[in-house]
Amino acid sequence: MPKMNMVEAINMALRQEMEKDDRVILMGEDIGKDGGVFRVTDGLLDKFGPQRVMDTPLAESAIAGISIGMAVYGLRPVCEMQFSGFSYFAFHQMEAHAARMRQRSQGRYTVPMVLRAPYGGGVRALEHHSESREIYWAHTPGLKMIIPSTPRTARALLISAIRDPDPVIFYEPKALYRAFREEVPEEEETLPVGKSRIALEGSDITLISYGASLRPTLEAASELNEKDGIKCEVVDLLSISPLDDQLFVESVKKTGRAVVVHEAHRTYGAGAEIVARIVEKALLYLEAPIRRETGFDIVIPFYQREQDYLPGVLRIKNAVRETLAF
Amino acid sequence: MPTREIDLPYRVEYLSILDQNGQVDKSLEPQLSDEMLLKLYRAMLLGRRFDERMLILQRQGKIGTFAPVKGQEAQVGAAAALNPEDWVVPSFRETPVEIWLGKPMELILLYYSGYNEGGNIPEGLNLLPISVPVGSQMLHAVGLGYAMKYRGQNSVVATFFGDGATSQGDFHEAMNYASVYQTPVIFVCQNNHWAISLPRNQQTRSRTLAQKALAYDMPGLQVDGNDVLAVYKAAKDAAERARRGEGPTLIEMVTYRLSMHTTADDPKKYRTQEEVAEWEKRDPLTRFEKYLRDKQILDDQKVQSAAEEVKNEIGSAERRWSEVVENGVNPLAMFDHAYAELSPTLLDQKKMLKRELEEKRASAEKPAVARD
Repeated sequence: MPKMNMVEAINMALRQEMEKDDRVILMGEDIGKDGGVFRVTDGLLDKFGPQRVMDTPLAESAIAGISIGMAVYGLRPVCEMQFSGFSYFAFHQMEAHAARMRQRSQGRYTVPMVLRAPYGGGVRALEHHSESREIYWAHTPGLKMIIPSTPRTARALLISAIRDPDPVIFYEPKALYRAFREEVPEEEETLPVGKSRIALEGSDITLISYGASLRPTLEAASELNEKDGIKCEVVDLLSISPLDDQLFVESVKKTGRAVVVHEAHRTYGAGAEIVARIVEKALLYLEAPIRRETGFDIVIPFYQREQDYLPGVLRIKNAVRETLAF
Repeated sequence: MPTREIDLPYRVEYLSILDQNGQVDKSLEPQLSDEMLLKLYRAMLLGRRFDERMLILQRQGKIGTFAPVKGQEAQVGAAAALNPEDWVVPSFRETPVEIWLGKPMELILLYYSGYNEGGNIPEGLNLLPISVPVGSQMLHAVGLGYAMKYRGQNSVVATFFGDGATSQGDFHEAMNYASVYQTPVIFVCQNNHWAISLPRNQQTRSRTLAQKALAYDMPGLQVDGNDVLAVYKAAKDAAERARRGEGPTLIEMVTYRLSMHTTADDPKKYRTQEEVAEWEKRDPLTRFEKYLRDKQILDDQKVQSAAEEVKNEIGSAERRWSEVVENGVNPLAMFDHAYAELSPTLLDQKKMLKRELEEKRASAEKPAVARD
C-alpha cells in the first residue's frame, strides 16, 4: 500500500471521485493554477480543466451560494474556504439555504455539496488562520460536520461526504496536513458519515477526541500506559454532527470515566454536548466527573503562545490522572 | 502627463413601449399572438385579485404575513419571455410570476398559512422556493446558470429581487461571478421604490440601478416596470443573449409598491398618499386593458368573463387549501425532509415528540371534570 500524508490522501480522494463522477466540480480561491495554498488540489486543474476546477474571484459567500445553485441543479460541488476562519462569509448562505433547501421544498430540491476548509492551530499562522469553530456548523440543523484525524480517515470520509445527499462541512486539521505518512489504499475506501471509531482499545478511562487533538491524546495514552500502566480507550469522533453517541457511551459504560479533548473553546464546545449525552445515557456508570481539556474561552493567541493554548500531552495526562484519583 | 479619458463602452437605455395612457410605440411593439396577450392580461388580473383575496384572508387571521404585490403585476412579462426548461429564482414578491409558471395557488396559501407542505414545488416546474433573506438568492441563480452551461443546455435562469437587494453584498458577488463566468442569468430587479420604509433615493446614490451592471461589464437596462410589453421585450432580448452565449443581463424594472411591504407594515408612517396616487395613474393593469380594447382583443363582455374566471379560479384554490387545512396537521411531519435520512439522535427526538403528542391527545379526550 502506498504511504501518503493527509494532503496527498485528500488529493487522491478528489481525483478519484472526479474521475468517477463528472458531476463533481471543485471551486475555491487559488485551487486551480496554484493547486491550493496548501497544495491540496495540486494537479487537478491540469487533469480536469478549468470548468471543473474553478479559480474563483475573492468572495466566500459567492463560493457557497453558487455551490448551492449547482447542487440544486444536480451537480456535486466541492467548494473550498481557504481557511475555516474565512468561512463565516459563507455561513449565511450555508445556514439560510444549504441547510434548509430540502425541508423548505419538502424534498424537491436538495443540496449534495461539500464545503471543505483547513481548520485549527499549531502551524504558527497569522491571526484568523487557526480557528476551530466547528460547533457553528454542528449547531445548524440540516448540515453535517465531519473532521478526519489521519490521511486514511481523511480520504475515506471525503469520498463519503461527496456522495452524501446532504450538505457536509469537511474540516481538515491543517496541523496534520504534512505531519506524518501512513498507508492509504489506492482502491476505493469509504467511512460512513456519522460514525466514530475506536482509535485505541482500553479499559480504565475513555478519552474522546478528534481532528488534530487526536495525536496528543494518543501520545498521552501511550505515555500513561508506559509510565502508569493506565489503559486508556481512545475514541476518534470523526463526525461532530451527526454525533455517534452510541460508541462513546458504550465505552464510558465500560470504563466509568471520560476526558474530552478538543482545541476548540471549552464553553459551548463539542465537549459540552458529549458530556450531556454521557450524563443522559450513562450517569450511573460514572465514577468521576467528566473532564474537558480544551482551548480556552479566548481568541487563540498569536503563535508564540499557541502551544500553551492548545490542549497538549501534559494537560491530557493530568486530566486522566486526576479523574482516576477522584 | 495629461490625464487621458478611458474609453468605456457603456450606456444605459430606458425602454418604454406601452405608456400609462395605453398608447403603444408601434415600432417597438412585440409581435405577440392574441392568445398570449390575453394570457398576460388574465395573469395580471389574477395576480391583482389573488393579492386582494390574500390580504382579506390575512386580516381574518386565516393566513400569516405575506408581501402584497399590488402594482407590480407586469412582472409576468418576464416569465412569459422564458421557455419551459428555463429556471426562475424568485425573492418573495413574485407571486404572479410563480402562478404564471404553474405554481398552484393552494400551495401558496398553504405556505403562507404556516404549513411546510406549501413549500413543495411540483415536479417539472423549474422554480425555486421563495427566498426570504434579501439579496441571497441571486447566487443560486448563478450556480444554476453555471451548471446549465456545464451540461451544454440551452436554457437560462431568471432571478428576481428588489431595489433594497442591490445594496446587499451577495448581489454584487452574484453579478461579478455571473459576468466572470458568463453564466446565462437574467437579473430582474423590481425597483418598486421602497425597501420597507427606505425610499429608493436613500438606498443608493447611483442614479439608476441598471448602471450597477456596467461595473461588472454586463449590460444594464432600465424599463418601465409597469409596462408588461417592455418587461417582456427586455427579458426576451436578455434570454436570447444568454442563449447565444453572450452572458448575463441586468434589467431594472421601474415600478412601484402600491401596497405595504408586508401585512405587518403601515406605509402611512413613512410616505404620502399623494405619491401613491401618482403611481396609481401608472397602473399596469389599466393601461394594458386599454391597449387590448384598442386592439379589439377585449370588450366589456370579455372583461366581465375574465373577471368571473379569475374569481372562480381563486375560489377553487381556496377550497382545495381549506380541505388540506381541515384534514389537520401531523406535527410529527416536522421531522420529514430534515435530512435524506434521520440520524439516531433525530429519531430519538421524534420519538420524544410522539410521546408528548399522545399525552396531549389523551388529556384532550378526558371529559371535563364537573364542578359544583
